[in-house]
Amino acid sequence: MNRIFEKLLLCFAWASGIVLVGSIAYIVGYLIFRGFETLNLTLIFGDTKPVDALLLKRQVFEGLFPAIIGTFLLILLSVGWSVPVGLGSGIYLAEYAGKKVKRTLNLFFDILSGIPSIVVGLFGFSVALFLHKHYSENIYPCLLISSLSLAVLVLPYIVRTTQVSLENLSPEMRLTAPALGATKLQNIFYVLIPKSLSGIVSGVILAIGRCAEDTAVIMLTGVVATAGVPRSIFSNYEALPFYIYYISAQYSDPQELLRGYGAAIILLTLCVILLFCAFVIKKQLAYHVLYRI
Amino acid sequence: MIRIYEKLIEKLLLFSAAVSASVTILIFGFLVILGLPIIKGGHFFHLLTEPWSPYDGMYGIYPMVIGTLSIAFLGVLFGFPLSLGCASLISVLGPKPVRRFLKKVVQLMTGIPTVIYGFVGIFLLVPFIRELFQEGSGMCVLSASLMLAVLVSPTMILFFIDSFDQVPKSYLDAVDSIGGSRIQKFLYVILPCAWKGVLTGLILGLGRALGDTLIVLMIAGNTVQVPGSVMDSARSLTSQIALVMAADYESPEFKSIFTCGIVLYLFTTIVVIGVRTLAMTRRRSRP
Repeated sequence: MNRIFEKLLLCFAWASGIVLVGSIAYIVGYLIFRGFETLNLTLIFGDTKPVDALLLKRQVFEGLFPAIIGTFLLILLSVGWSVPVGLGSGIYLAEYAGKKVKRTLNLFFDILSGIPSIVVGLFGFSVALFLHKHYSENIYPCLLISSLSLAVLVLPYIVRTTQVSLENLSPEMRLTAPALGATKLQNIFYVLIPKSLSGIVSGVILAIGRCAEDTAVIMLTGVVATAGVPRSIFSNYEALPFYIYYISAQYSDPQELLRGYGAAIILLTLCVILLFCAFVIKKQLAYHVLYRI
Repeated sequence: MIRIYEKLIEKLLLFSAAVSASVTILIFGFLVILGLPIIKGGHFFHLLTEPWSPYDGMYGIYPMVIGTLSIAFLGVLFGFPLSLGCASLISVLGPKPVRRFLKKVVQLMTGIPTVIYGFVGIFLLVPFIRELFQEGSGMCVLSASLMLAVLVSPTMILFFIDSFDQVPKSYLDAVDSIGGSRIQKFLYVILPCAWKGVLTGLILGLGRALGDTLIVLMIAGNTVQVPGSVMDSARSLTSQIALVMAADYESPEFKSIFTCGIVLYLFTTIVVIGVRTLAMTRRRSRP
């Protein structure tokens, strides 16, 4: 009886492995199969000459160029906000914080990392609303608000990867420089951080991936379907993930839908490349970085 | 001089840690303040049980709470056995090349954007469900929860593997020495030892499923109703927030989305505290 049960279980394990690989291969394969033919320069630049578009001489209509630029700017800004603060917090948690402070801060970061991205988006939206009412009539949801909200979203990733890569250093490593007369700060900046750099960088890359793929935050904080290349950080913008979402609901002709497939392939490729980079830099993935006490 | 400099940097680091931690409270604060007009009237719990019908002046989010919970629980229900099977295959049962390949695939899955799952879901899964059951539009609780199962699986699998790997090697050697097979090793030694880790992974997966927006928004159909069966269309709290972005910032309809935000915040906080409590007891009881 037990034997049969064991055999059944083994079959089940194999079946679930096959189902998982099969479904993911089907999803990715379908996307590539349907969208493969659209992958060319027209997909990105439409009817505009690539050189003109890149030099911002002419607006690109019917192309993904503005969305790609929007996503790129979004990543740049959000990472720009979150990396300094995140690194600082991570270093403080790993090197300075006392036991009690550390436990409290850990709880806060765990909660922050668990907050659904749409709630973070709602927060960004309410901040914009608040500023609009109390400071300046000119503040609306825009690129700046989006990037700040995304920075909040990826902050826990950066804090955690920094903290864990510092904490995982061996005690010998920690003691060498102080034994030679280095101060605590010198030890941190000249020994500990350079030694844990690979972990920190892989965390930042994962954060970039999160910025690139997140849709829920930006759809509440200023992304629109057609805006062209953003003129300033106070204007609306386009982004790849939102474009995919928008097309899936609002496409008017097959041509437009095909562009949606093209955008999905580009976004997928971007995210997979980023993930791969994080891997190569550090073999341990940050998934178990979260939820440590 | 150096001492002042060191103190300064330490204060700066403390400041950044304080700023980033305070964001957690700030988010909750903003949700509560903007949702205050509704909460103040003593309507908060009322809202949770009231139906949604704006024309009668009722802005209850009961259907969305049920929608969120049913889609998330179903998603985890589908995803859990799948994940446990895959995790057992990766950490014990499979031959080495299969293990490595499967683990790579799972890690790759963590990088796939949710909007892509939603996009493919619309054009692949929804028509399939529609044809299969010959009922409705195919945009239903079932489609959304199936896609969610694929989304949350990597989270669960990676966590399961992690907890399986923490079973002391001496236990595994003991099984080998008395001639136990791999499946016996998994079933009678690893699983009983690592059940707390499995539970933690399950809760983490649930947290992910509760907070997902795009899949549910794109393929659950978004009808405001308490779903009666898995073939019914439903709206989740997250989709409600995404869909009600009325231009009139003063309307009660708009304010109700902050109640949705608060409920979601509380859900995920409970999940996090659950995970932490489990992790703490796990640490204490570890041999």
